[in-house]
Amino acid sequence: MKFGAVTKQPSREVKVFTRRIWGAALGMFVLTAVLISRLIYLQLIYHDHYTTLSRENRLKILPIAPTRGLIYSNDGVLLADNRASFALEVIPERVKHLRDSIDDLRQFIALEPEQIERFEAELIQKRRFDEVTLKSNLTEEEVAIFAVNRHRFPGFEIAARLARYYPLGSQFAHVIGYVGRINTEELNRIDPANYSGTTHIGKEGVEKAREELLHGKAGYQQVEVNAQGRILRVVERDPPVSGLDIHLTIDTQLQAAAIKAMAGRKGAVVAMEPSTGAVLAFVSNPAFDPNEFVNGISSKLYSVLRDSPDRPLFNRALQGLYPPGSTVKPLMALAGLEYGVRKSTNTTWCPGWLRLAGQAHQYRCWQKSGHGAVALSRSLAESCDVYYYSLAKDLGIDRIHEMLSQFGLGKITGIDLPGEIGGLLPSREWKRRTRKLPWYPGETLINGIGQGFMLSTPLQLAQFAAVVGSRGAVHVPHVVANIEDPTVGRTEVMGVDSRASVQLGDDKNWELVIEGMHEVVQGARGTARATAVGAEYQYAGKTGTAQLFKIAQNKSIEAKDVLKHLRDHALFVAFAPLQKPQLALGIIVENGESGSKAAAPIARTLFDLYLDVAQGELDANG
Amino acid sequence: MRTASEKDLFTRVHLDGPLFSGVVLLCALGLIVLYSASGESSEVVLRQAMRMLLGLVAMCAIAHINPGRLARWAPLFYGAGMALLIAVFLFGTGRGAHRWLEMGFIRFQPSEIMKLAVPLTVAWFLSDKVLPPTVSTVAIVLMLIAIPGAFVIEQPDLGTAILIMMGGLLVLFFAGLAWRWTAIAAAVSVVCAPIGWYLMHDYQRQRIITLLDPTQDPLGSGYHIIQATIAVGSGGLSGKGWLNGTQSHLEFLPERATDFIFAVYCEEFGLLGVVVLLAAYSLILARGLTIAFYAQDIFGRLVAASLTFTLFIYVFVNMGMVTGQLPVVGVPLPLISYGGTSIVTLMTGFGILMSIQTHRRFIVES
Repeated sequence: MKFGAVTKQPSREVKVFTRRIWGAALGMFVLTAVLISRLIYLQLIYHDHYTTLSRENRLKILPIAPTRGLIYSNDGVLLADNRASFALEVIPERVKHLRDSIDDLRQFIALEPEQIERFEAELIQKRRFDEVTLKSNLTEEEVAIFAVNRHRFPGFEIAARLARYYPLGSQFAHVIGYVGRINTEELNRIDPANYSGTTHIGKEGVEKAREELLHGKAGYQQVEVNAQGRILRVVERDPPVSGLDIHLTIDTQLQAAAIKAMAGRKGAVVAMEPSTGAVLAFVSNPAFDPNEFVNGISSKLYSVLRDSPDRPLFNRALQGLYPPGSTVKPLMALAGLEYGVRKSTNTTWCPGWLRLAGQAHQYRCWQKSGHGAVALSRSLAESCDVYYYSLAKDLGIDRIHEMLSQFGLGKITGIDLPGEIGGLLPSREWKRRTRKLPWYPGETLINGIGQGFMLSTPLQLAQFAAVVGSRGAVHVPHVVANIEDPTVGRTEVMGVDSRASVQLGDDKNWELVIEGMHEVVQGARGTARATAVGAEYQYAGKTGTAQLFKIAQNKSIEAKDVLKHLRDHALFVAFAPLQKPQLALGIIVENGESGSKAAAPIARTLFDLYLDVAQGELDANG
Repeated sequence: MRTASEKDLFTRVHLDGPLFSGVVLLCALGLIVLYSASGESSEVVLRQAMRMLLGLVAMCAIAHINPGRLARWAPLFYGAGMALLIAVFLFGTGRGAHRWLEMGFIRFQPSEIMKLAVPLTVAWFLSDKVLPPTVSTVAIVLMLIAIPGAFVIEQPDLGTAILIMMGGLLVLFFAGLAWRWTAIAAAVSVVCAPIGWYLMHDYQRQRIITLLDPTQDPLGSGYHIIQATIAVGSGGLSGKGWLNGTQSHLEFLPERATDFIFAVYCEEFGLLGVVVLLAAYSLILARGLTIAFYAQDIFGRLVAASLTFTLFIYVFVNMGMVTGQLPVVGVPLPLISYGGTSIVTLMTGFGILMSIQTHRRFIVES
């Protein structure tokens, strides 16, 4: 024996082990024989049978995308539609020379280098037997030309799909938003089974907020395909459930009128029904055409939109932050009355400025010559700054914060649109937390005229105008009026969502302040009296100017000398009619300089239109 | 007594020639069929090749470690593996089943460690006991096997649990567990089958029902088996040719790159291809048994025999499942199926076999 195992074990153990090894080898042999006989059975004896089955094997399960729900305006105008759209698709596995075929195809159908780039990027991601879109939105002419030459392009197919279309284009872009191709991040969020046949998803606005309702439920069909995968026949069908239709609260006429009234200026208009919170117009100007986004916006156009100084993609009404300026004065006046700091008859002397004890700084009134003795009503009508500096000083920041926050400033309104921003209502606590600084008395003063740290959105302006108009009732603004299931014809009406209303110790205070706001437009010396001339109804408003450009002390500057993009923003809040108001407005015209000249006329236009219509409806019903 | 100086090159780098060639041959076959099964994705093939390389590195590294040291480390592996299983039980992630453990950018299944740690530990434990094992020894071994098994069943991953426990039980079998004990164990498991049925998850029961009658639910769980059988049968003697399998390319075959890759292989390369594949496996299995046969201590013998037979079980269970003889349990085809951790585990196992073979001390009679 040349080799021998070094072992301390008795030889019996080795013998047992050796026997077991042989046993195991035998076991393997037997099991392998079983396996091979099974393979012989399948691959030789029953080969023909399985070949037939394989050739006839053609049942495939394909998803069917549901039809997306439609969106209508309150007056029944279709705002988001589904239109048939033709796309040219390629199944790479079936094309022999892909590059040559595409070059050939260009004789018939124009292809941008960008489209080819996108196609090639998608080609890498997808499997060779999945279809890849080469060009979407083919014209009918292109479809016809391709149909004639189709035999020359095996593996190329025209696919008909429903694509989202927004008939009114940019008018509702900032309300409805748009749909776009599902991206990777969204892919992780959605239910893959329900979206297996869906290519688009809501990206902004109502399309995004109500995605679940609009999308519907995917269906499935079992189809017979031949060995090349072409569909021959539908065997079984589990139909998809269409998405629900949505009716908005927005009125197309009011919306169009607001856009027209903005007349190319930057800014926002929000119109609400004070008794419900229903949003009747929601305009952010300028806007963009949402149709451009549906089938993938070209990067050239996108960079134009993104880099435009007018920022058309920015939703000013929902996300634009502006100092509310003098529009907060009615709320300040209410706080003065409510906390017993002022009676409506108390007067403040306005010499054109106010100085805090021990400070050299002059807090100036917009009227350099001063207003003289000013009581509450006149302080609103003529927007006397000194009255409010003095009132703010007496109230203190804590009470100002308490009152203004009840009107929704500094927090989101909770509107049913994605991306709302809550603005800023400063307080002692806020300043300590974010700036690590104490609150200074001077900051209270400028807060009293809506300047300083305070920031609000146009939506918040409309919201607090509505709260004042309805004498304290707070309703959450909403753009969706009801949701309709078109298949069964059932409609779910969105209820009014109310928050804790603003309770005053004395309800007469509402009327005192509203009378002051009425004087703004329809009083003898009101700042916006020019715009109310000839109005057949009574309404209330408050002008505001948000300063962007700080004028040095003791210097005066002519408005025309300030560069246009540094000019003040013009603001206006209003509601009409005085009793039981039907419409509340928040309006901002960027760089419009004067609330009374730039913003208030827009309110008059909308009131004229809406109250006339509403009156007309009333007459018709009566 | 002296150590032989005339070792060949392979032995000097602690590799075993026949085993190494078998592994490389299988890897090559695996990559070829994977290219077809993945829908001609060179990316997938490249990723798999990277894993194979990683596995080969692990194999070479393990082969360098002396089996005596492996025996001493075995209980440590076992302890670490148990700790990870408990961690998975508490914080695991994964679709439906708690199998995966996320460690920063690495994700792995601790149950893979146990596939090696259990047989190593049982062999280490038995190596200084009287063999054939006594009743108390057997009881302790069964505990060593059952505890990790229970955790893996809980994940729930019945297939892997069975493989882990099988690895340990095989060691017991090779150590000479009396045939009557083996017979009693088999009888007990038959009696326990109804209890097992009761404890099973619905999907596990469904798999067994499906095996008995796949046509009962042709578009649900029977779909795998019917489509795989058609793929295998239509391959015939010589197959439809590489990349020409209609079953796989028209997407009829589910899991075609992973657990059901054998169906793609059968469809495209036919019975002749299967014979080549089985020959490659046989080369590895025969070499494994030879290594066990010539191993110089009880630990080496038990580990080598158990690892070799476990490999056979993998191959048999996977092929049996694809050809419709066994229920669908998630067992990949060794070195052929697409997947990360299982390749590294397998290669590590081959490394242990090589370590046992190449660290033998040669005795020349003087």
